[in-house]
Amino acid sequence: MSEILTKPLTAKDFATDQDVRWCPGCGDYSILKQVQSIMPELGRDKEDIVFISGIGCSSRFPYYMNTYGMHSIHGRATAIASGLKISRPELSVWIITGDGDSLSIGGNHLIHMIRRNFDVNVLLFNNEIYGLTKGQYSPTSPEGKVTKSTPIGSLDHPFNPLKLCLGADSTFIARTMDRDPKHQRDVLLQGSKHVGTSMIEIYQNCNVFNDGAFEVFTDKGTKLQETLFLESGKPMIFGADREKAIALDGTTPRVVNIAEANESDLMIHDETNHFQAQVLTSFFDNPKDEGHLPRPFGVFYAEDRYRYEEAMEEQIAFATDKMGKGNLDQLLRGNNVWTVD
Amino acid sequence: MTKQVEEKQEVTIVFAGDSGDGIQLTGTQFTNTNALYGNDISTFPNYPAEIRAPQGTLAGVSGFQLKFGSIEVATPGDDCDVLVAMNAAAFKVNIARLKKHGTIIINSDGFNTRDLKLAGYETSPLEDKSLNDYRTIQIDVSKMTRTALIDSGLGKKEIDRSRNMFVLGFLYYMYNRKLEGTIEFIKLKFAKKPELIEANVNVLKAGYNFGDTSEVFTSRYNVKAASLPSGSYRNIMGNQAAALGLIAASQKSGLDLFYGSYPITPASDILHELAKHKNFGVRSFQAEDEIAAMCSVIGASFGGKLGITASSGPGIALKGEAIGLGIMLELPMVIVNVQRGGPSTGLPTKTEQADLLQAYYGRNGEAPMPIVSASTPSDCFSAAYEACRIALEHMTPVFLLSDGYIANGSEPWKFPSTDELPSISPKFVPTKNDDETYLPYKRDENLVRDWALPGMKGYEHRIGGLEKEIDTGNVSYDPENHEKMVKIRAEKIAKIADDIPLQQVNNGAEKGEVLMLSWGSTFGVVKTAVKQCNEKGMAVGHIHLTYLSPFPKNLGDLLKNYEHIIVPEINNGQLVKIIRDQFLVDAKGLNKIKGIPFSTKEIVAAIEQKFELA
Repeated sequence: MSEILTKPLTAKDFATDQDVRWCPGCGDYSILKQVQSIMPELGRDKEDIVFISGIGCSSRFPYYMNTYGMHSIHGRATAIASGLKISRPELSVWIITGDGDSLSIGGNHLIHMIRRNFDVNVLLFNNEIYGLTKGQYSPTSPEGKVTKSTPIGSLDHPFNPLKLCLGADSTFIARTMDRDPKHQRDVLLQGSKHVGTSMIEIYQNCNVFNDGAFEVFTDKGTKLQETLFLESGKPMIFGADREKAIALDGTTPRVVNIAEANESDLMIHDETNHFQAQVLTSFFDNPKDEGHLPRPFGVFYAEDRYRYEEAMEEQIAFATDKMGKGNLDQLLRGNNVWTVD
Repeated sequence: MTKQVEEKQEVTIVFAGDSGDGIQLTGTQFTNTNALYGNDISTFPNYPAEIRAPQGTLAGVSGFQLKFGSIEVATPGDDCDVLVAMNAAAFKVNIARLKKHGTIIINSDGFNTRDLKLAGYETSPLEDKSLNDYRTIQIDVSKMTRTALIDSGLGKKEIDRSRNMFVLGFLYYMYNRKLEGTIEFIKLKFAKKPELIEANVNVLKAGYNFGDTSEVFTSRYNVKAASLPSGSYRNIMGNQAAALGLIAASQKSGLDLFYGSYPITPASDILHELAKHKNFGVRSFQAEDEIAAMCSVIGASFGGKLGITASSGPGIALKGEAIGLGIMLELPMVIVNVQRGGPSTGLPTKTEQADLLQAYYGRNGEAPMPIVSASTPSDCFSAAYEACRIALEHMTPVFLLSDGYIANGSEPWKFPSTDELPSISPKFVPTKNDDETYLPYKRDENLVRDWALPGMKGYEHRIGGLEKEIDTGNVSYDPENHEKMVKIRAEKIAKIADDIPLQQVNNGAEKGEVLMLSWGSTFGVVKTAVKQCNEKGMAVGHIHLTYLSPFPKNLGDLLKNYEHIIVPEINNGQLVKIIRDQFLVDAKGLNKIKGIPFSTKEIVAAIEQKFELA
């Protein structure tokens, strides 16, 4: 093998010659950088990786990845990826989507892809706004949100994306943020290793139409108070001085002071615990509310379940084994033939 | 008693009964048996949209019409020679279609007070003098069946379910047919329930024997084998033929078949058929909706499979945006539309050439694509095969138009052998040198781009729905580039005309007074009508189009050979608009929008009228 072929890939190998055209200051830049940086660690050749997106600001993403890619139509990246995965199970498939693309126009395909558990990675760029159409509220915008299309405030109750995914029997859900590259990288890597549909919600700041939507989770002054970073096998501790933790009171999670709590009462993060994942996805309070819970980040839940595309291959092998490899002449002939001389 | 046997050239029979009476099965069995006797056949099932409409009602009547003959049979017939009516409602719905002096076979048990009331009769039509014009054979089929199975140990419900076999046996006697084919079928169907094999075979034989021993007939009928071209034949339905055509194209192109679809009448049988053939590497995927079905096909085609979807009008409407993406990406795929009555939900189980204009124009922007149409049930095979060939060799989505009439109808098919099928060469990218750059939208002399698949090293590229720069495929908003690309995409489709056969005059006069210009499922009826008019000395020709976009290159010249052009269509005039638009000729429409096919006499009348006026 030549030296060029054996040289390990770097993040740069995954950049294209296209100018990146997001607004200056957009959170998408950080995500692009992290994704390019983890690509070499997949252990896959560039030609075996495919990025598929729908429509929206984030959906420009495939143009900037030097892999195979498709910038498709609004909401349908998930359905296109499903067909690709059934056809080519061996490919590493990444879906780039936004809160409008995946949860509004593409909501149906998202839940069906999740229940089928195709082995794909979904990066859901959640900025709680429609950016490309210049600032209307999205299905994740909070109630009362004032936007161009809701001058007196939005009447919509928002989706809780990870709760929705878990409800659709997702086998991997995680949350990270654009402003924490290290955490982002870690979650992306964990997602890439999960065999099944990896749902990764990324809080992404739209500095033009919804600046500061996640500031309370990213700003140094409030981050430690408002966020809960999940670590497998460890108690759920947070706070400016890591003085607080989560304890379960029956089935109800409560914030406790570590100093006053029994160590045995503290919730220990276990990615395989479905009940606990359900509890964690409901940590979705408005940070302005009194007594609210912190917002969790990290891998909430991971489970091993069969993948549709593998089952399809097995079924084809089973049918071939049982009936023999298809013979076209026999098929055309059928079972009731007569001959005219 | 020995009865004399009378020869018939052709016979049209309508089986009619409640939608739970097993009418479709009876008709299909009678068809298959006659096929094995070498008759030419055409069938037309006609059933309600409801799976089980209220029993005994007019809405619940299911019908199966077939014509079989020792001469060429191109339509399932206008009026019938024999009507089998299992109840009063079936009688009422179909009696108008019986020829004068035709035969009615009545199940008298289906004409009790309740049946008559449900059918809206105050008195029994069987006592009406109007029946004097027909030969009526009344049999209490229920009673006969129950008597035949008195010792079977089966319940009344199960016994009554085999009534259709009595009627079938009776007809087999009437038309001098053996029971073996149907007995084999029964054995297979009830392989796991031996008691039902015995029951059904007994009732079938009871019906046959009743024909033999009763004094109902003075003569039996015989329809000899038709003089079809020599070769091996089987009977086939349109949707089944389409499915086989798709598998054949997959095998001949060396690409696995991916079939993504969402169930819809009358297209679902293609999915059912394909799902049976996973041992041909068929990946059939029942998607969550029509849009997902279309998009999954785009994903599969991007991955290098032969991507196919099928639907009917409402589903095609939903797929429209994604089909546009397929056109923009210039990936091969086939979209089958088994048309039904529209608009909206329309008439799901009734036929209509409803969606030609949708196939032509039903997408946003300038989005031309080739359109191939099937003419008869067995032609669905060739049309499906050809649609795949064009898609793979010209890197484009292709529409295949069928309709409910040919999808569910059947006819004998002289099936091809694998090596008779034309080759299909997918347009894969040729191997390049390492230092060459792959340009995804670089084109050959036919304006067709090369297909590079994920997994091919050095060909990594991005494609999408945004307008593309010529050659590179990069996003481009350049005004000049957009205008050029719109024209390139149109010309690429137009150039397919170089790769399809020239149009022939299918039947009748090569030049003359009148041209019947048809497409799709009207083939058989127009052919029959034109033949009848030719026999009467009228100079009328018949051109039937398989390729609707682009048209064969010589079509315009052929049109000039006739004084008048009539375009018969089962819609409000769609092809006629396109013909007038493209060729500036004064073509006139002949239209029927009733959810049922033309009758031969309707077409003949239109031609005759033209000659009287001419």
